[in-house]
Amino acid sequence: MKSIIEYISGIYRGLRSLLIGMSVTGKYFFSPRAIVTQQYPENRHGHGKRSKKQLVMFDRFKGEVVMPHDANNQHKCTGCGICEINCPNGTIEIISVSKVGEDGKKKRAIEKHIYRLGMCSFCALCVKTCPSKALEFSQEFEHAVFDRTKLVKVLNKPGSSLMKGVE
Amino acid sequence: MTEEISSVVEVDDQEYIINFGPQHPSTHGVLRFVVNLRGEVVKNLQPHIGYIHRGIEKMCEKLTYQQIIHLTDRMDYLSAHMNNEAVCLCVEKALDIEVPERVKYVRTILDELNRIASHQLWWCSFGMDMGGQTCYFYGLRDREKILDIFEETCGGRLLLSYNTPGGLMWDIHPNFQQRIKDFIKYFRKKLPEYDKILTGNVILQERTKGIGHLSLEDAISYGVTGPTARASGFSCDVRKNYPYSAYDKVDFKEILYTEGDTFHRYLARMEEMRESMKILEQLVDNIPAGDFTAKMKPVVKLPEGEYFQRVETSRGELGVYIISKGDKFPYRIKFRSPNFCNLATMNLMASGFKIADLIAISGSMDLVIPDIDR
Amino acid sequence: MSFSFDIYDFTSFTKWIDVSLTSYCTPFWAMIWEMLIIGVAILIFYAVVGLFLVYAERKVCAFIQNRVGPNRVGPYGFIQTVADLVKLLFKELVTIKKADKFLFNLAPFIVIIVNFMVIAAIPFAKGLHAVNFNIGIFYMMAVSSMGVIGILLAGWSSNNKFSLIGAMRSGAQIVSYELSVGLSMITMVILAGTMQLTNTYDPVTNQVLVHGIVDLQKDGWFIFTGHLPAIIAFVIFLIAGTAETNRGPFDFAEAESELTAGFHTEYSGIKFALFYLSEFMNMFIVASIAATIFWGGWMPFHLGHIFGDWVSGFNNVMDYIPPFVWYIGKTFVIIWIIMLFKWTFPRLRIDQLLTLEWKYLLPINLINIILMALVVLMGWHF
Repeated sequence: MKSIIEYISGIYRGLRSLLIGMSVTGKYFFSPRAIVTQQYPENRHGHGKRSKKQLVMFDRFKGEVVMPHDANNQHKCTGCGICEINCPNGTIEIISVSKVGEDGKKKRAIEKHIYRLGMCSFCALCVKTCPSKALEFSQEFEHAVFDRTKLVKVLNKPGSSLMKGVE
Repeated sequence: MTEEISSVVEVDDQEYIINFGPQHPSTHGVLRFVVNLRGEVVKNLQPHIGYIHRGIEKMCEKLTYQQIIHLTDRMDYLSAHMNNEAVCLCVEKALDIEVPERVKYVRTILDELNRIASHQLWWCSFGMDMGGQTCYFYGLRDREKILDIFEETCGGRLLLSYNTPGGLMWDIHPNFQQRIKDFIKYFRKKLPEYDKILTGNVILQERTKGIGHLSLEDAISYGVTGPTARASGFSCDVRKNYPYSAYDKVDFKEILYTEGDTFHRYLARMEEMRESMKILEQLVDNIPAGDFTAKMKPVVKLPEGEYFQRVETSRGELGVYIISKGDKFPYRIKFRSPNFCNLATMNLMASGFKIADLIAISGSMDLVIPDIDR
Repeated sequence: MSFSFDIYDFTSFTKWIDVSLTSYCTPFWAMIWEMLIIGVAILIFYAVVGLFLVYAERKVCAFIQNRVGPNRVGPYGFIQTVADLVKLLFKELVTIKKADKFLFNLAPFIVIIVNFMVIAAIPFAKGLHAVNFNIGIFYMMAVSSMGVIGILLAGWSSNNKFSLIGAMRSGAQIVSYELSVGLSMITMVILAGTMQLTNTYDPVTNQVLVHGIVDLQKDGWFIFTGHLPAIIAFVIFLIAGTAETNRGPFDFAEAESELTAGFHTEYSGIKFALFYLSEFMNMFIVASIAATIFWGGWMPFHLGHIFGDWVSGFNNVMDYIPPFVWYIGKTFVIIWIIMLFKWTFPRLRIDQLLTLEWKYLLPINLINIILMALVVLMGWHF
């Protein structure tokens, strides 16, 4: 007799647990507000039928390393090479030249600050250790290209020079 | 291939050998089980590892202590922050640096967030291993909230690289605390749903109770750690037994079960999520003001000697063992990864059960393959 | 006979086709032509419903999982499955070394043919019915269980251990669950007193010769008139039917997380598409059988006269909805329930599957049959 009661209560408990599970999935089926999908290419711009909300990346998001330039096409990189030393993967390569400054002293300046995006592991050591805060992370994340060589980037813009007051 | 295996494994004429992996939906990566089957029953099981070996320990010998951090992310990528912290704590211990209180609190908070995120991903992939695919999306949906917290403060979603010997890379984001409070409020509502859809389900209980039993003796002698061992009754929580960071200041329960079957490994992780939320609630409002990093020299050189530090990652005990010759690079670094030891018990647990149980057991172990191979 | 098309009753329309064909050619050729027309119609129906079900499943599971599902190809992603089909058509048909080529290629067709044979017996609307057997339900039960041969062949001939395990599981599963499906149908046959699906009329006097199951539900669907035993039978039929179609939580033959893809691991391109389509059509067939014998098939929702005289007005309103719509609506509600099963529950284990059948469903079913016999005998039904 006891086993029969157990048998029936087992069926009841089993069915009940299944119905509880189905109530969760069923509830979500009928609540379209719970949809969390973001429509990717559309939400880049944030208008149109599919996505009204614009995709905004967080300020600290480590997209790629960039070197900000001001309006006069000047950057803060002195070419000291600390980022190159600190990079664990050999992502950064600095080609520097010696220039004679206005005061007649010889000064080191960068010719090319080469950044190989394909090798970067986004550890942020270069940005953190840069003594003159010349490097920054941009929030750009669409890095796919058809040609690998395009991943090798020169961070300083052509014709740019060192900002005044940065040693 | 068959000849190669038959020479290693003894097969009688009733058995056949089947390869689970390296490409298989349920091995969660490139793990390969060579399984002797008799009908559907697993007779013997040999894990073959090394498919994602990257030589992280060897690579570390050419990197400074700051640079090592970003490689440890890539071991157990689901508890990236704990891995970072292990190396940092070890270096700090070697240098005898006392990090600011703020750093300790933030590290602990991030640890627990990472643990919840990891257990969420484990829950959803376990659900998928069991055949309930909807779990996968519910778990990922909630994990996204934690990843947003990480992204806002650390800049990365999965591989954080937020720790550095001596402190943190930068200070926490102003929204950090509010977001965590919002998350706890949100997740306290969602966790009962997890129970409704999977824990209470009669099918799951039938499939996991009494399956893949791991005894306390075996757990200890195989060096099993983490929730897997605690489900067998092995009190091995490093947070409790050897507190680091701010764990000595918080009140939490070590989840212990004695049954040691798949269902209790499942329960242990589910309860750990609740405990982690308790820890978060205790810490989030009390982050002390202060510096986000201790004063460090730009070049970290460890004094000659051997150093060891362990932390509790979401899968078990991660040990970092550094031998230094006084250089700025470690002479040798060894990671004692939890998954490697846990994997060794697979044969013990799965033998005699069916294929479906093998999947359930390996799911309940929460294996992360890059952590095994390093 | 002049052309007539009535959306509420297809009898005159089908008769018109028959009469006009026989006026053009001999009865033999007319029959051949009719078979051809029905074949093509079922083929088109099969393709359309199959594609729609794939789309519906993707949308349903997406909504359950807080996603939006396919929404890029066509409005609301409606043409997505067509695009998928085109893709599958262009894909290479991989042949496996040491596979039994003949059986390997035959297997998907067996599965499909079985589906067709079952569809032939389903009454879609009044008069829209390919064959009206006097043993309609028995025929459906007998034919639908043949699908497992295709799965077994596919698993056996693939020369893949995963496939073989899947096929063997499927064999064990379908052999046991066939019993529950059959017994729960028999429960309803006891209530109906016939195995025929729709009425046969005397061609001259237009009087009912044999009552059909659908027509018998005119004054209330069997699930209401048969009350408790009918509801139990319905639940058992849903569970066993889900198991018979190899769908989650009973998708052992596939068992994605265990056996990668089970019996169709080695199939690619259109051969895989045929298996995939047949899975959905199996679901459709189970749902339509359930709709037919429990929910009255194309019969509109009618209230019995025990509720009073006002029900005839209500019944008339219900009659305005065409039978075909009733049929499709009921079928899709049941399909939705089956989909909800799949997307909620974890998979069972093979021994639990057999436990569920032999220790739970079968004894309950047998008791239920006695209960139903008692109900019918004592006239306790409505």
